Amino acid sequence: MLRPRIIPCLLIHNGGLVKTVKFTDPKYVGDPLNAVRIFNEKIVDELIVLDIDATVSNAPPNYKLIGELAGECRMPLCYGGGVKSLNEVENIISLGVEKVAISSAALADQTLIKESAQRVGNQSIVVVIDVKKTGLISKRYEVFTHNGKRSSGVHPVEFAQTMESLGVGEILINSIDKDGTLSGYDMDLVDLIRRVVTIPVTVLGGAGSQTDIANLFQRFGVIGAAAGSLFVFKGKYRAVLIQYLSEIEKDQMYLLDISDSPLS
Amino acid sequence: MGPVSYSWYNSRRCILSRANVTLVDYGIGNLQAFCNIYSRLNVSIDIASTPEELSCAKRIILPGVGAFDWAMTRLIDSGLREMLDDLVLTQHVPVLGVCVGMQIMAKNSEEGVIPGLGWLDAKVKHFNHNNLSPDIHFPHMGWNDVEPAFQNELFANIIDPRFYFLHSYYFSPANLMQTLATTEYGIQFTSAAVSGNIYGVQFHPEKSHSWGIQLLRNFSEI
Repeated sequence: MLRPRIIPCLLIHNGGLVKTVKFTDPKYVGDPLNAVRIFNEKIVDELIVLDIDATVSNAPPNYKLIGELAGECRMPLCYGGGVKSLNEVENIISLGVEKVAISSAALADQTLIKESAQRVGNQSIVVVIDVKKTGLISKRYEVFTHNGKRSSGVHPVEFAQTMESLGVGEILINSIDKDGTLSGYDMDLVDLIRRVVTIPVTVLGGAGSQTDIANLFQRFGVIGAAAGSLFVFKGKYRAVLIQYLSEIEKDQMYLLDISDSPLS
Repeated sequence: MGPVSYSWYNSRRCILSRANVTLVDYGIGNLQAFCNIYSRLNVSIDIASTPEELSCAKRIILPGVGAFDWAMTRLIDSGLREMLDDLVLTQHVPVLGVCVGMQIMAKNSEEGVIPGLGWLDAKVKHFNHNNLSPDIHFPHMGWNDVEPAFQNELFANIIDPRFYFLHSYYFSPANLMQTLATTEYGIQFTSAAVSGNIYGVQFHPEKSHSWGIQLLRNFSEI
């Protein structure tokens, strides 16, 4: 049985790991390689690492760090941040990263997506869709780039469909409004996108408890549940503590009829 | 007595420098992840990027991430193919292909146009999306169960085997006796294959925690 994936997402800013709230106010939570070692011990399903400086500062990917992360990870790694050329995609895969996440460049350069998927295989190309609700009265979803600062005018559903048609292997839906709020995933947004694409979907933004993740699995079956704050903070004062679910807790989510057995 | 052959000379030269496992460095795949696992297991390992470095190999791992044609092109350009063919097909050195490293052992792939190594009589096929439940999404991505088809040392001491998969194409051997393990995803497909000294796994043991570590330990003892 294919299991749904539960994925810590780590953000890199000024060389350290941070956690943001609604894409702002980065709080330092530790050293990237140290965090990977802890997540190794906790047997996480997968790891996402996003460099949130690269696109904004127009910097190339930090290959030294990527190589170190990929070598240290005993689980699959998805790396994103500032990826804007086929050459960079190839280099990152060659360093042993399983999946490359592309965000702003996917809006600017559809050829990049198509060529990357052909070269390294569609299973290794992930598109990150940063989504925010805009409009004063009738709120609508819109794709944003540059850490939520630049609007695109593109609707995420339309964008996801285009990306699938270009050969992308996975969509990572990232809700800016939900980021760091621990208030649950934006299920409506997930529903809109899950309906229109046949490739795997992973959801990020808002997970604050095991129940939030269980609800996502209950509604959408096999899907990726990513989370930042949930796995790096503990308690209402947000003390930094790297944590993850135990194998037993995970099995409960996959195997039990979740609707009949509410999890804490 | 005839002239001393290169292979005789080489076998003498290799006695001193033999690592237990040799990783093929053709610019693809996560060499460091394999190295980290084997160094923790105290298994000696080296990395070969030239035919000379490869020639001493006692066991070979052919890693892989990426598309079929890209992997084959990289392997051909690396200049390692002839030595690999000789070691695997003539000297019967144990080899483990991982992910696309398994797929390129087949004759060809629906993903590309370049012929594979052809070590195994197999084709690489695309998952047929038709007639499958809408809950089945491709690529096949994530942790799935692996069911050994018969007893083999590669899967020794692995309880409840599960591994990480990431692929859109699957290995389909002509001879079902080569199917060492199967996995269910819409269909039942060959997730591990064996023929004599040649092993292949579709999943990523280097990224599959304790299950993968045990499998890599097993390979180092084959």
